[in-house]
Amino acid sequence: MSSTDTAKPRPPKGEPPVKRRSPERPGDKIFKGLSFGAAMIILVALAGVAIFLTVEGIPGLGASGGAVAGEANFLVYAGRLVYGTLLAAVIALIVATPLSIGMALVISHYAPRRLATPLGYMIDLLAAVPSVVYGLWGILFFGRFMGDIYVWLEANLGFIPLFSGPAATGGRTILTAGLVLALMVIPIITAICREIFAQTPTLHQEAALALGATRWEMIRYAVFPYAKSGMVSATMLGLGRALGETMAVAMVLSASGTGVMTLNLITTQNPNTIAANIARSFPEATGLSVNVLIASGLVLFLITFAVNFAARAIVARSGKRLNA
Amino acid sequence: MTTLEKNPTPTESDLLPLTGPRLPTYAPALVAVAALALGGVLWLVLGSSVALSAFVAAVVFVVALPSWSRAVEGSRSAVDRLVAALVWVALLFAFVPLVSLLWTLLDKGLPALSPEFFTFSMRSVFGDAQGGIYHALVGTVLITLAATLISVPIGIFTAIYLVEYGAGNRVAKTITFLVDVMTGIPSIVAGLFAYALFVLFFGPGVRMGFGGAVALSILMIPVVVRSTEEMLKLVPDELREAAYALGVPKWRTITKVVLPTSMSGIVTGVTLAIARVIGETAPLLIIAGKTDSVNFNLFDERMATLPVFIYYSYTQPGIPAAPGYERAWGAALVLIAIVMILNVLARLIGKAFAPKTGR
Repeated sequence: MSSTDTAKPRPPKGEPPVKRRSPERPGDKIFKGLSFGAAMIILVALAGVAIFLTVEGIPGLGASGGAVAGEANFLVYAGRLVYGTLLAAVIALIVATPLSIGMALVISHYAPRRLATPLGYMIDLLAAVPSVVYGLWGILFFGRFMGDIYVWLEANLGFIPLFSGPAATGGRTILTAGLVLALMVIPIITAICREIFAQTPTLHQEAALALGATRWEMIRYAVFPYAKSGMVSATMLGLGRALGETMAVAMVLSASGTGVMTLNLITTQNPNTIAANIARSFPEATGLSVNVLIASGLVLFLITFAVNFAARAIVARSGKRLNA
Repeated sequence: MTTLEKNPTPTESDLLPLTGPRLPTYAPALVAVAALALGGVLWLVLGSSVALSAFVAAVVFVVALPSWSRAVEGSRSAVDRLVAALVWVALLFAFVPLVSLLWTLLDKGLPALSPEFFTFSMRSVFGDAQGGIYHALVGTVLITLAATLISVPIGIFTAIYLVEYGAGNRVAKTITFLVDVMTGIPSIVAGLFAYALFVLFFGPGVRMGFGGAVALSILMIPVVVRSTEEMLKLVPDELREAAYALGVPKWRTITKVVLPTSMSGIVTGVTLAIARVIGETAPLLIIAGKTDSVNFNLFDERMATLPVFIYYSYTQPGIPAAPGYERAWGAALVLIAIVMILNVLARLIGKAFAPKTGR
């Protein structure tokens, strides 16, 4: 580089230096401005979400009485809803994570390639079903199916506090909601896991097999260590989705107001989630209730933002990027 | 050495075998058939429910195959087979609800479909009078179209900035990261944002279709940015350099070389993004509201949409409830058909207009 620099003819003193680059054309300036502006709109929109929710939510923070469903103040109101939101999401993840990892393994390592591609399409199909359709199915079909199981659970495992009942024969419980959420989260976690599993260096896998490892030992000692950060982020992205999912829970879950804070999973007295509460109450809400609901939406936004931020940061640190 | 001399002709049992005992290759299939047969006996002969019989069959399969393997092949192979059995059963477990959902939809939704179902609105429909989804279809199409018109230019220009101008600088990296995070915004929060924004201009209780379009854009933009960005990155640098070498300005290079090359991928991405937001309910419930009448004006009054129609047909089915439920199923079937068609369309576009790679 230095030789070319010295070889460059120096402009004589007093004259402006020769421009090596062609002057920027007006078309270029406009186009660059447009694309930069579009990128800025995204930043503004994201900031706008936080700002407008805060502006409209602040009056709700001081609310009491009917606007906060009879709770003492907004903190108690939000706290109870956050409990229900977390409970439903945790149930969903407990069910969805092992199933998703299993499905991802089938597609990346177990199924023959001819079968793997259609299986991938099937999972995309699972992701394409709108949440309101899941809700309809969850309440009119799945819930009724689960109702029988809840009766059995109460009769046989009623000594466990989780299943102490009385069982909701209609199946509109937090457990049903969690299971429907699991179904909606599975495609997300599976898609990411399968991508990460497929990225595992072939040499690592072949080395493990050459040392006499069985297929499971190869997966355990070559694939999982490589995919660990991706699996963690996939689960967290699934958590973010489960926390914010609205319609399926709003339709399936039977809960009013802030719900009942309980660990009993199979009764008609259930905790409520933030998103479901907003969806159910907003259409009829007026005055201060609207501000309270928006403030609870802000709480949900902050929680999901933090979860997503952490998930993306974990992957970014390991130098990968997720395609989902 | 001494042992060798002691025993110069080893019998067959002294040799280390080079292969361990293995189960026959048909073993998993055999166990699966046996487990299914057991489940079938439970179901048909002993009269237990289908779900319970299937569950028992799955458990028997997961237990029996590793046990057999343990007896013949040893513990390591048994664990291997156990995991293999578990992952396949996990796959089945996840697909049973999908099949059940599609089956229920077809079963209950098909009877609702008729020409009137698509051409009638719900205006003045009481009891079991014929009602339809025309008003909801109009709303869904208009709102989704408006959301697409907002999202596609912003999304594509942002992707152009990220790939062509930003190219790894700090601003571009931040935006990329925030776009990723933005994909996780809950849909209901997007609806609340649109409401909070429009309240400033139109006062409390505002409901309009355009608000729904803004909310859907919040959900759609990150999807469009992500897919377009991936496609632009696939365009080889040689193409850009060839254009520069001919003296073509950068913006002409982008519009005439880069975008046409990646057009099929971008259209596919946009179609998938539309498919994703067309089924969104929560934001429209909040800002577009619900009505029984046809409304063609995005900027005034409530606007019915298909997903919100499904929600209300279930929660407020009317008296008697059966026709309301039937309309909910019918609308759900229509909605899912639209989503599937968009998905298939996206794949076809991707295939049909893919750049020819032949040299």
